[in-house]
Amino acid sequence: MSVDLNSHPRLAPGCRMNEKTQQPRTLLMPERALRLNGPSLEIVERCDGQHTVQEIIAELQQLYAKADPAKVEQDILGYLALLQKERALDFVP
Amino acid sequence: MTIATSNPLALIAELTHRCPLHCVYCSNPLELQARATELSTEDWSRVFHEAAALGVLQADFTGGEPLTRPDILELIRGARAAGLYVNLITSGLPLDESRLEALVQAGLDHFQLSFQGAREAIAQEISGTKAHAQKLRVLEWLKRHHIAVTLNFVIHRRNIEQLPGMLAIAESSSASRVEFANVQYYGWAFANRDGLLPTREQLTQSIDFLKKAQERLAGKIRVEYVVPDYYAKYPKPCMGGWGCKLMLITPSGDALPCHAARVIPGLTFESVNNRSLREIWEVSDAFQRFRGEAWMQEPCKTCDRRSKDLGGCRCQAFLLAGDAAATDPVCSLSPQRPKVDAILNTINSLGAGLAPSVEPSLTNPDWLYRPNPS
Repeated sequence: MSVDLNSHPRLAPGCRMNEKTQQPRTLLMPERALRLNGPSLEIVERCDGQHTVQEIIAELQQLYAKADPAKVEQDILGYLALLQKERALDFVP
Repeated sequence: MTIATSNPLALIAELTHRCPLHCVYCSNPLELQARATELSTEDWSRVFHEAAALGVLQADFTGGEPLTRPDILELIRGARAAGLYVNLITSGLPLDESRLEALVQAGLDHFQLSFQGAREAIAQEISGTKAHAQKLRVLEWLKRHHIAVTLNFVIHRRNIEQLPGMLAIAESSSASRVEFANVQYYGWAFANRDGLLPTREQLTQSIDFLKKAQERLAGKIRVEYVVPDYYAKYPKPCMGGWGCKLMLITPSGDALPCHAARVIPGLTFESVNNRSLREIWEVSDAFQRFRGEAWMQEPCKTCDRRSKDLGGCRCQAFLLAGDAAATDPVCSLSPQRPKVDAILNTINSLGAGLAPSVEPSLTNPDWLYRPNPS
């Protein structure tokens, strides 16, 4: 399944991050948990149904200005695909 | 010598042994704990905080029937306040739509609903209760309120033919994951085993049917199938290892490595009333007993698979071989495997006598029904 750049990713029901005060930051899901740090945390925080995939890419390219923008885009799309496979994301049009 | 361990990831909170159902496959121990011994709301709150401090991520509320706790909302809030992800494992009774909404408001993250069959009659025979219609209502409410749902259909010889009907229920629901789980033989299920084990033919057909369903529903619903390990070649890595991934707290506060561990003689279980969770997890005798590999006998001791399946299940080794340190007898490499084969031969040779065309009946005298403790 390829990702629509104009869609708005949102955490699926039953999937949420642990509290801001908890370390390590973690994405909690019914069957497993994913540790979030650096880029993965920045991505998941933006999966709020308000950001388009394109906007997430643009924001992280700014945040990681020293990195190759094409690689940033590739990494984000790869990570979103991983979350999609875990059924942790709904993509709202 | 302290064996270094990882921290537990899940806390199985057996909130009560009270339950409106009387399922003949229940994995609760035969000795059910009375209401008077149950931990209080405050006790559980402390346990949740200790669990989170130990690194636990998820609390699984179970029982008996967790919804029989009048303080279920406070318990959910308490677990969330401690920083845990809260999963409810329930029969769906007693529940109405506004109570379900309240559970979600209190912070419930995930809802796992059990089913005893595709139709009322068999569900009634197996659970000793009229519950099936209520479960279908719960499915509607879950869909309406967009709650994360897993369905758990408990499979055995008497309802395995209803798999198509059960799958249809799952497909018309909002569940993103469905588990068709063959009964595992502990507690009441062990007592009722000879009425529950499917035949080899039933099992083969069911695997075929569900494999096709898995493919068809891939990406939409995750379909999982657990076969009875009596029919497997190698045992399951039970609980992900003894004292490795999770700990279970009984209604009265005893800490167990799994729901069946009490069958093993010579183990002393600590109570959360007397010891911290960390102390129990890290150094208590019961939790240490089957960690590492020093306890293993042959063939496990030198087996290539030992880090994969850990020799199987300790409780099952005791139940079938009389020795909790023995290789799980369902393993084809176990010298006790012939015992399991003999059980299967009995099941598979009875032929027509097992035909599910026998009408389900609440008065079937062959079952040992699980009572509701006082």
